[in-house]
Amino acid sequence: MPELGRIVSKVRSKNAGPFWLTIDVFCGDSATFERVSASLKDEAVARLYGVDRQLLKRFEIPSLNVVKFSVPRPVVQGKRTDRDMHGAGWGCLLEELEID
Amino acid sequence: MTRVLIPAGALGLGYDRNALERGLANRPDIIAIDGGSTDSGPSYLGRGVSKYSRASTKVEWRELMQARAKAGVPLVIGTAGTCGADQTVDWLLQITREIAAEEGMKVRVATIRSGQPKERVKAALADGRLRALPAAPEISETVIEDCSNIVALAGVEQVAAALATGADIVIAGRTTDTAIIAALPIARGDHAGAAWHGAKIGECGALATTNPNSGVIQIDFDDAGFTVEPMAPNAAATPYTVSAHMLYENSDPFILHEPGGHLDVTGSEYEALDKRRVRVEGSKWVKGRYTVKLEGARVVGHQSVGLAVMRDRRYVQNAREWAADVVAKVRAKIEARMGLSPDDFDVEIRLIGMDATLGTLENRRDVPVEVGVLGILTCPTQEQAAEAAKIMNPYLLHHPLTEDEPMPTFAFPFSPAEMQRGALYEFCLNHVMELDDPMAAFTLEVHEVGHA
Repeated sequence: MPELGRIVSKVRSKNAGPFWLTIDVFCGDSATFERVSASLKDEAVARLYGVDRQLLKRFEIPSLNVVKFSVPRPVVQGKRTDRDMHGAGWGCLLEELEID
Repeated sequence: MTRVLIPAGALGLGYDRNALERGLANRPDIIAIDGGSTDSGPSYLGRGVSKYSRASTKVEWRELMQARAKAGVPLVIGTAGTCGADQTVDWLLQITREIAAEEGMKVRVATIRSGQPKERVKAALADGRLRALPAAPEISETVIEDCSNIVALAGVEQVAAALATGADIVIAGRTTDTAIIAALPIARGDHAGAAWHGAKIGECGALATTNPNSGVIQIDFDDAGFTVEPMAPNAAATPYTVSAHMLYENSDPFILHEPGGHLDVTGSEYEALDKRRVRVEGSKWVKGRYTVKLEGARVVGHQSVGLAVMRDRRYVQNAREWAADVVAKVRAKIEARMGLSPDDFDVEIRLIGMDATLGTLENRRDVPVEVGVLGILTCPTQEQAAEAAKIMNPYLLHHPLTEDEPMPTFAFPFSPAEMQRGALYEFCLNHVMELDDPMAAFTLEVHEVGHA
């Protein structure tokens, strides 16, 4: 099973304000979009970031071949235990997730 | 029709000078630029300071003031000085005064202050006019009292009021990223959905094009939609780059909450007019209760950090156990020697090269060549943090994995080994405050600058 990052064109994570993290998966073409959309499960993504699945927001945007996830930040931005002020490193977890 | 010229995603980031010239030649109605965001963390808001250098800010602001004079149109900056606190509005106003004096300019400057007195926010809390947004932290009177700065995010009404003073330059404190761009089109009766949507597309400058670094973008607003055109010849706006920008830093790519309502782009249509320009129609503005978002930051401790690098293979392989042992020993020594109780301070080691970015979420276990050992000491005061870091120092330099082995020595990049980080701030508000009058939480002032 390949890592997600090997089949899509880009995975990007970024703060959406200090309290939310948003992760965009740019699939590149519609075939990859269909594949990613079908095999990327909400539970797996929520588990990756240690967040409650009920709080995970998912958007499918076929016109852009993008699957987007937003989760409450695993740590609020700038808290003592925050390690990634811009939230840019968390995307790597999804990028390295193996998918069908 | 309203033409807005946006030189860059933020003042201090730089832009293509020739592209700015091209934009000016197109006779814009206003020049609008953003000055900040929360993205660099709570310290800037907490301290009321800019992230960007004063020198860079002054160079670019001078060019924009000259561009404004040449075009004879207003220049507006939102969230001045990274955080948009009252201190950074004053900071940019002072820079503006210096430039005006140096250039012999006479300008009318309107300032919008977004800073919130604690009493106002506490009253709103007591009256039930504060509403928590999703994932908001718990708040109380004490939390509000602890904030060193609280700002409210202004919308188009406050910016339009500043423009209505006849100001040449508007220096706004905290505003939403979009408000400075959407204000004039909405005030002139252009389509409200298009105004907010186009403003979101333009708020990061040329980021919504194929050449983000060129900075300069022009947006034309009218009664049905908006048209995006980058000003650098080697940049193009395409339906893809424009529509994809709604993903950026938005938790919801279709809905954007703003003071007084929300933007809905679910039905927006993106059309390529040619290879470089995109037309967008069908965006909707949905009116709601008038609320402004609040941001606040407070001090939660003071920090010192120490950095050592281990290259010895055996230590690299056992770095986690080593770090856990150091943390336990340093904690015990701080309690014993400084008399701090366990809840008053924190000792943390982050292993750079192993899991410093992701912490417990990291799932890779590769063994690196070397490991950076970042020791972080958090105490109530800076003096205590400095003392705690000095207690950690000998461990970062010499702590052995086992008792019966020669004393190791790790690489220290600096002398002195410790760095004083100052106050640790945290964001403590993610709430909106209801207002009956949009101006009730903002102060508008007019300054005649450069006049004798």
